[in-house]
Amino acid sequence: MATVEEPQARVDEAPIATVETTVAGEITVAVEPARRPPGRMPPRQWIRANLFRTVANTILTVLFGSALAYAAYRLLRFVFVTADWEIVRRNLRLFMVGRDFPVEELWRVWVSVYVLAAAIGLAVGVAAAAAAELARARGHPVARATPVGLLRRYWPLLLITGVALSFTRTVLPSLLLVGGVAVMLAARYVGRRAGVLAKFIWPTVLLAVVASVVIVSGFGGVEWDDWGGLHLTLFVTVAGITAAAPFGVALAVARRSSLPALRAVTVSYIEVFRGVPLVTLLFMGQFLVPLFFPNTVEPPSPLLRALIAVALFEAAYIAETVRGGLQAMPRGQYEAAMALGLRPWTTTRKIILPQALRNVIPAMVGQFISLFKDTSLLSVLGFTELLAVVDLTINQPAFQGRRLHPVAYAFVALVYWAVSYSMSRESRRLERRLGVGTR
Amino acid sequence: MFNVRVLRVAAQAVFLVVVVVVLLYLADNYQANTRGGSTGWGFLREPAGFGITDTDFRGGNSNWQAIVIGIRNTLLAAAVGIVLASIIGLIVGIMRLSRNWLVQKAATLYVESIRNIPVLLIILFTAAAFRPLPPIGDPATPLGWFVISNQWLAIPSLIANDTVPIYLGLLAAAAIAAVLIGRWRTKASERTGAPHHRLLYGAGLMVGVATVGWLALQPFDVSLPRVEDGVIIGGFRIGVVDYAPLTLALALYTASHIAEIVRGSILAVPRGQTEASTALGLSEFQRLRYVVLPQALRVAIPPTLNQYLSLTKNTSLGIAVAYSDLFNIVNRIVNTGSPALESYALVMAIYLIISLVTSLLVNLVNRRYQLVER
Repeated sequence: MATVEEPQARVDEAPIATVETTVAGEITVAVEPARRPPGRMPPRQWIRANLFRTVANTILTVLFGSALAYAAYRLLRFVFVTADWEIVRRNLRLFMVGRDFPVEELWRVWVSVYVLAAAIGLAVGVAAAAAAELARARGHPVARATPVGLLRRYWPLLLITGVALSFTRTVLPSLLLVGGVAVMLAARYVGRRAGVLAKFIWPTVLLAVVASVVIVSGFGGVEWDDWGGLHLTLFVTVAGITAAAPFGVALAVARRSSLPALRAVTVSYIEVFRGVPLVTLLFMGQFLVPLFFPNTVEPPSPLLRALIAVALFEAAYIAETVRGGLQAMPRGQYEAAMALGLRPWTTTRKIILPQALRNVIPAMVGQFISLFKDTSLLSVLGFTELLAVVDLTINQPAFQGRRLHPVAYAFVALVYWAVSYSMSRESRRLERRLGVGTR
Repeated sequence: MFNVRVLRVAAQAVFLVVVVVVLLYLADNYQANTRGGSTGWGFLREPAGFGITDTDFRGGNSNWQAIVIGIRNTLLAAAVGIVLASIIGLIVGIMRLSRNWLVQKAATLYVESIRNIPVLLIILFTAAAFRPLPPIGDPATPLGWFVISNQWLAIPSLIANDTVPIYLGLLAAAAIAAVLIGRWRTKASERTGAPHHRLLYGAGLMVGVATVGWLALQPFDVSLPRVEDGVIIGGFRIGVVDYAPLTLALALYTASHIAEIVRGSILAVPRGQTEASTALGLSEFQRLRYVVLPQALRVAIPPTLNQYLSLTKNTSLGIAVAYSDLFNIVNRIVNTGSPALESYALVMAIYLIISLVTSLLVNLVNRRYQLVER
């Protein structure tokens, strides 16, 4: 999610709004002198102003207070008393990698996690360095992240990691995870000092993603079709977005083209794929994709068919997101490029697209989140991704007929929630930092 | 040098040729792969190889009739879901702007937790939540008016008598009269400056006619549901296994998105508007009714219509709880050996019609409201 800010910031660009935080944790604050945050009220005054201002307000407070207190009581009772978490504890591996993943090959998953951790660390480090550079150029002070700040920022992820680790029976996963965090921090340190090599960060990240797939599936490893659980969910999300992004960007550019034939074809593609539910496309992918391949080649595996459907669907949505960014580009950019004598294609490639893509990053994170949630539809097709594992576990002899659905669903929901919620918060931060919509 | 116009035409021609060649190649593969299999639209008239539970539909009826039932079920879930989602979303969205800290936080909790969970998970969770209800053999019957079980939920329903047309005619006449009275009162108010009391006169007439007509004509009988041998007789039944979880979950999920739209669009009205209307001496109600809400609505309607569309598309997830919606029915038709391409093309066409009508609506609304802008 790291964006590399242009290191050469113009000094005359006066900060307008409060510029806040970077991807990596340094906080650059430019307090606007005119609008200072209101001073803290003493608690008694705050309670009166926010809870008991009027009679109606007081009634609302009492009503909602008791309802929330009861809900909290029920929730705590469920978590600590009534729920039998044994179903998750015994099946944690199923939730993580699915049913068909051989235990003796689990090390491959860990290696790929380490590779990804290193790549993410590098990217975050490079972004942090760029942001610090920018802050220096603009003359803002650079503040270091505090432990409280980090906790407030990452608590959903910390929560789910803690919950998952509390279900492990050996200490090994915890140790491995600590190692992963250490690798990430070390990579971040390297990334901050990468200097000119920072240019190659995107290819490096892409390479790491490909490597993390090959490490698990290649070299006598586990085939895609045996993947499952959270591993499969994340894989489908990342692979779907990665495959769809170039296609989607091309569609968006084509849709803005001045050639009517190009426009007509792309508009029909986008409208058709956006107008149809994803489940329909997934089922069609399973039934129809093999029929469109020549019968001389072997038809694609079920997972590949699902991936094709996801990518075709996602491309249409990415195209619309990118189109938003393209439409928001001021005319002056085109006119300036034209005045410089650039050709239309060069203008798009060198001037318009880089800026437009940077501006739609928050919206793209939003797309990523929806796809992450939508991968749950694969369970309807019979893939054992995260949600489908619930059905597997509650039908095990030890848990059958014990009405444990809520327990298993609660765990899965927490995983989905923690990932989506933290990503959506990061995208909102990014949005504020990029100043999208404030220009 | 190349002529730009020639180049443009050539580029488009090349592009179209490539697209057509790719499509032809795919069509050729398809034909080679389905040789000997069934193709064409004849399957729509053939008898379906399955029955649909809880309907009169049997295997002898045609596939087309099954699809009509599917469309009806999809629209039924979508319509009720949209109404519920709008109500919940509006309330939660306004709660998020409340000055009461607790109310605001409760609404935020709702939005942020529901929005970040897959809708399919919410559907399955809701279905699981209904499972502990009493079985149909021993249902709960509060007040004797309702039947609650883990199969069916039943509420009292109305049975029309012969006098219904007269009653409806009476209501229509009263509605016309109410509008006329409203116009007259507006004019009178403009002429004399006296308060118009449009609502009082108009609605009063309507309510009066409706009540008197109901008592005099007895247009409807109330049918109370009861259970005999595990079968519900009378009343209006709602499926607790499939329909209720699907509709409720979709409503809850979409409501979290609508709440954000409501909040955002109210916040999008500049503060100056509020301040100006206060300066003009408008009351709180007048300020909301004539200044804030019309402007907020202009921002809110297009994204809300898109949410309605996505709810409608999401009814296809009914397949997870075996709800007989359009997509589920077509899947069963495909599974009984009907041609897949044609069947799925039909589903796509129907969903496309729904979504194109929605975008048309969005564009119309946009155009209408943009005229108001400066």
